[in-house]
Amino acid sequence: MQKSLHIDPNKCTGCLQCEMACAWENYRTFTIAKSRIKVFSFHHEGRFVPYTCTQCDEAWCMTACPVDAIQLDPVTGAKIVLEPTCVGCKVCTIACPFGTINYVAQTGKVQKCDLCDGAPACAKACPTAAITYVDADWTGLDKMRQWAGKTDTNPATV
Amino acid sequence: MAWTKNVLRVNLETGSCTTEPLNMEWAQDYLGQRGLATKYLVSETDPKVDPFSPKNKMIFVTGPLTGTMAATGGRYSVVTKGPLTGAIACSNSGGYFGAELKFAGWDMVIFEGASAKPVYLLITDGKAELLDASHLWGKTVWETEATIKKYHQDPQIRVAAIGRAGENRVLYAAIVNDLHRAAGRSGVGAVMGSKNLKAVAVRGTRTDAYHLADPEAFFAATEAGKKVLAANGVTGQGLPTYGTQVLMNVINELGALPTRNHRDIQFEGAMAIGGEAMHEKRPTDGKANLITNGACFGCTIACGRISRMDPGHFSIKDKPQYKGASGGVEYEAAWALGAANGVSDLEALTYANFLCNEDGFDPISFGATVGAAMELYELGLLTKEEIGFELPFGSTEGMVRLAELTAVGEGFGKVIGLGSKRLCTKYGRPDLSMTVKSQEFPAYDGRGLQGMGLAYATSNRGACHLRGYMVSPEVLGIPMKMEPQATEGKPAMLKAFQDLTAVVDSSGLCLFTTFAWGLSDIQPQIQAACEGDWSEERLLLVGERIWNMEREYNLGAGLTGKDDNLPPRLMKEPAKTGPQKGAVSKLDIMLPEYYQVRGWTPEGVPTAETRMRLGV
Repeated sequence: MQKSLHIDPNKCTGCLQCEMACAWENYRTFTIAKSRIKVFSFHHEGRFVPYTCTQCDEAWCMTACPVDAIQLDPVTGAKIVLEPTCVGCKVCTIACPFGTINYVAQTGKVQKCDLCDGAPACAKACPTAAITYVDADWTGLDKMRQWAGKTDTNPATV
Repeated sequence: MAWTKNVLRVNLETGSCTTEPLNMEWAQDYLGQRGLATKYLVSETDPKVDPFSPKNKMIFVTGPLTGTMAATGGRYSVVTKGPLTGAIACSNSGGYFGAELKFAGWDMVIFEGASAKPVYLLITDGKAELLDASHLWGKTVWETEATIKKYHQDPQIRVAAIGRAGENRVLYAAIVNDLHRAAGRSGVGAVMGSKNLKAVAVRGTRTDAYHLADPEAFFAATEAGKKVLAANGVTGQGLPTYGTQVLMNVINELGALPTRNHRDIQFEGAMAIGGEAMHEKRPTDGKANLITNGACFGCTIACGRISRMDPGHFSIKDKPQYKGASGGVEYEAAWALGAANGVSDLEALTYANFLCNEDGFDPISFGATVGAAMELYELGLLTKEEIGFELPFGSTEGMVRLAELTAVGEGFGKVIGLGSKRLCTKYGRPDLSMTVKSQEFPAYDGRGLQGMGLAYATSNRGACHLRGYMVSPEVLGIPMKMEPQATEGKPAMLKAFQDLTAVVDSSGLCLFTTFAWGLSDIQPQIQAACEGDWSEERLLLVGERIWNMEREYNLGAGLTGKDDNLPPRLMKEPAKTGPQKGAVSKLDIMLPEYYQVRGWTPEGVPTAETRMRLGV
C-alpha cells in the first residue's frame, strides 16, 4: 500500500516541530532554513498552513530535468533528487507549479521532500496530527467520517 | 555543546559590531539566558546606573535549549536595568525570534552606549550591521516589521522591535517580536528606545550554529518530555483550549481576582472576559472572539490566543487594520485591562491588547495603572478636566481611550505611561498604587493567595507572577496542595519555585512546561544538550545562585529589605467577599522565615556564608 503525506491545516499551531525534524533528517541541524516543509502563517486570518511537495504522479520537475536527476521511488511514490546527478540548473524549480523544489546554494543541488524513505520525520514530529502519513488512496477518509457523522440516520426525527 | 559560544557586542555609540567568545566558565555556573546575561550585566555595569543612561547595557540572550526540538525550546530574554523599578529587569519572550538568533550563530547580543540617531541591527548569520532607522522612528511594531521585511526582500527575517511606547519611554514599554510575542515587563522597551535602537532583525541559516552533546539522548529525553506535556491536563488540554485564560473563572471563584484596583477580590464580570467567553459566539455577528490557538517556536502546548474582533465594535469603527486576526488576550492581560478597572467588554479588552502589541507596551502595567487612575478619579483627586474625559471604574470608553493615548504620549496618556506608582504619588496617594518596587501586580491577589503575596514582595523584578508561581501549589495542587490562607511551609516552597524558575528561564524553555514537568523531566534534556555534568542538585544550585546574584544587583542599586513589601491595602483592608473573605496578607509572618531559608540576614542581605556557598 502506498502512503501519502496528508496535511490538515486546521490542526496546525505553527510550532515548527516539523521544520526542525525535516532539517535534522537531512542536515543534522534544527536550523529551519534547511527544512523542505514550510509552515506559513496567515496572521490576519489566524491560520497556519504546512506546505510541501505532494509527489505529483505526472511530476513536472522530473519531466523537466535535463539530466534525469529526479527519479521515482516505486515503493513510496516519492520523486527523489539524485544529488550526484543533479547539475543545479534549477529548471525543475521553474517547472514545478507549487514551488516545492528549491535550490540549495550550500550544495549547488536542488532539494525536495523525499518522504524520508517512507517514514516522514515531519509527520512523526507533529504534535497535533496536522501532518499525517496515511493510505494514499484514502486521504479523504477523515473528512468523509466528519460528514458521515453529520448524517441524520434516525427516521423517527423525520 | 548547545551554546553557539559566540557573543555579539554592539556599540551603539561607535556603531561597531564585534564578535567575542562566550565566557564558558560563566556558562557552567549560570547555564544561559536569564542567568548568563545577568552575570554579564552585573560584571560590566554599575547597578546604580540610570536605566536610560548610555552606560546601562541591554542584552538579548538565548538559552542552550533555544532553537532545539525540545518542547517550547524557543525562548529568549532581554536583560537590563529596568526604568520602572530601578531593579534588575529580565523579560522573557517566545515567538520565533529567539530560535532565529541561535540559528544565526549567537548566544547573546550585548548592546552598549546609545546611538545618536535611530538605528536597527540586521543580523544575517555571522554578519551584523547597524542600519539607519530614521524612516522607522514613529512607526508601530507592526509597520516596522513589515517595512524591514519588504526592504530586505526577505519574508523569513524575524524582527523584535519597539513601537511608539518604547520611543516615548513609557516606563513599561515592551519589546515585541513576531507581531504579538513580547519581552513584556519592567520597561525593557523604554531602555531600547533610550538607546535609539528601533529593532533587531535576524535571519539565521547556519547548519553549524551549535552541536548537541548527545543527540540520541537528546531525542529520548525530549520525546519523553513531550509525552508528559501531552498527557497532562493543564498542558495537554486546559492551555491549548483556553490558554492561560483557563484561570479567569477559577481565580475569581476562589476569591483571589483583584478587582477595581484591589478594592474588591472578586469581579462580577469575570465570566464575560474569561477563556470560556472567548469561545462563545457573539450575538452581534455570530462569531467567536477566538479563532484558534497558536504556538511559539517548538511548543507542543500552544497556549497562544488568536482572536478576531467584532467588526462592528465601537472601538474599531473605520479602523480596518484591527479587523483581521491577531494576538488575543491572555489571562494577565484580560485581568489587567478588565477586572483591574472593572471593564467587562471582551472586545474592548481585545482591542486594547492589540494596541499593546502594535505599539509595544505591557498590558499588565497599563491596565493596572488605569485602575489606579479610576480610583483617584472616583476619590475626586483626578478630575475630568485633567484627564480630558470621565474615568469612573467600569468605563470601557475611558480604558480604550487611554490605550490609544499612552504609547503616543498624548494628553493624559503621558501620565498613564509613568505607571501606577508615579501616578498615585503625583496625586498624593502613593498608598493606592498596587505595586511592589513600582511594578504593578499581575492577576492574583496577595490576600487571597498568601504565597503569591510573598512571591510578589520578594520578586527581584518587582511584582510578578513569573518569578515564583505559588498559584501552582495554592490553586492547582502542583507539586502538592497548599491552602491559600496557610503560611506554613510557604517560604521554603517559594524559594524552591524561585530557584527552579531561574533554571527554566536560563535554559531556553518556557516556564509553562512546569505545570507538567518537574526538574527530573527538564534535567535530562539539558544534560543531553550541554556537555558536562548537569545534575538536578547542580541545576538547583545554579538557580539559587542566579536568584542571589539578582538580589545583590538590586541591593547595589539601592533597594533594601524595606522594598520587599506590599501596599497597605493588602496588609490592612480585608478581602470583602468570597472564600477568602476577611483575609489580609500575612507577609509579616512569612518574610522573616523567607530570609532565613534564603540564608539572608533579617535585613534581607545574603550572609557571607551564603555568598561563599554560591560563589556570588
